[in-house]
Amino acid sequence: MGSAADITFTREELQEALCRRHTPAIQERLNRGRAAIAGLGGLGSNAAFALARIGVGHLHLIDFDRVDLSNLNRQQYFMRHVGMYKTDALKEELLEINPYLDIRTDCVRVSEDNILSLFAEDPIICEAFDVPENKAMLVNGILELFPEKIIVSASGMAGYGRSNDIRTRKITEHFYLCGDEVSGSGPGHGLMAPRVAVCAGHEANLIAQLIIDGCVNIT
Amino acid sequence: MIRVNGKDRILEEGTTLLALLEQEGWQTGRIAVEKNGEIIPKRQYGDTILHSGDVLEVVGFVGGG
Repeated sequence: MGSAADITFTREELQEALCRRHTPAIQERLNRGRAAIAGLGGLGSNAAFALARIGVGHLHLIDFDRVDLSNLNRQQYFMRHVGMYKTDALKEELLEINPYLDIRTDCVRVSEDNILSLFAEDPIICEAFDVPENKAMLVNGILELFPEKIIVSASGMAGYGRSNDIRTRKITEHFYLCGDEVSGSGPGHGLMAPRVAVCAGHEANLIAQLIIDGCVNIT
Repeated sequence: MIRVNGKDRILEEGTTLLALLEQEGWQTGRIAVEKNGEIIPKRQYGDTILHSGDVLEVVGFVGGG
């Protein structure tokens, strides 16, 4: 398990390795990068892994739920995490990738009443919920309460195949939507690791671009 | 004439956003609405009168994450 005793590389060694891949100028922006991930299921856990791996320095993980055995078909957890809060399990994993990240966790259910306090410090929010009403609540809440922030949301990633139907669409300067926008989950149309990861990759890739370039032109 | 999700629509004068959404079968709990580049707060759907030339984007969310 990811205890401090397992850390065998210094902050400087890890920085050098990341800079070798990304260049120092880009790594500096990633180190200063800050994003919240709301919902730590298939979308959120995969997006968080991607952002942690490239060294996005400040991550804010939010979920109220515990890891269930049925989550392992698509979410970035292991059997040893079943029963743990997702915030604790994911933080543990991300610190195994990079123990020098600043990771804040909030084990709470997001509602209209706590959006203002919960997301005050996050310039970019990754909406990674499961239930459509919750997705709409967070997107509307962020855009109404924080007009300066950017929300990256996802809709439509159930099933398998049709990778290229999943896309990133800019709705406004502050609202991006990833997914095919039609494939909802339901009986006979389950969420599966490969396609959920494609969509989570869209969200994480856009957030990387927002952090590195500060703006995005999608064609 | 207004534009909704890329398609032209003819509306009666004075139609509200809420009336249009209900007419089109949108579930208001599962959407976000952008009008002329701005997000319309949910509580204003009933008071928002649509005018000729308005460009609307209704984003519907489906389940899964």
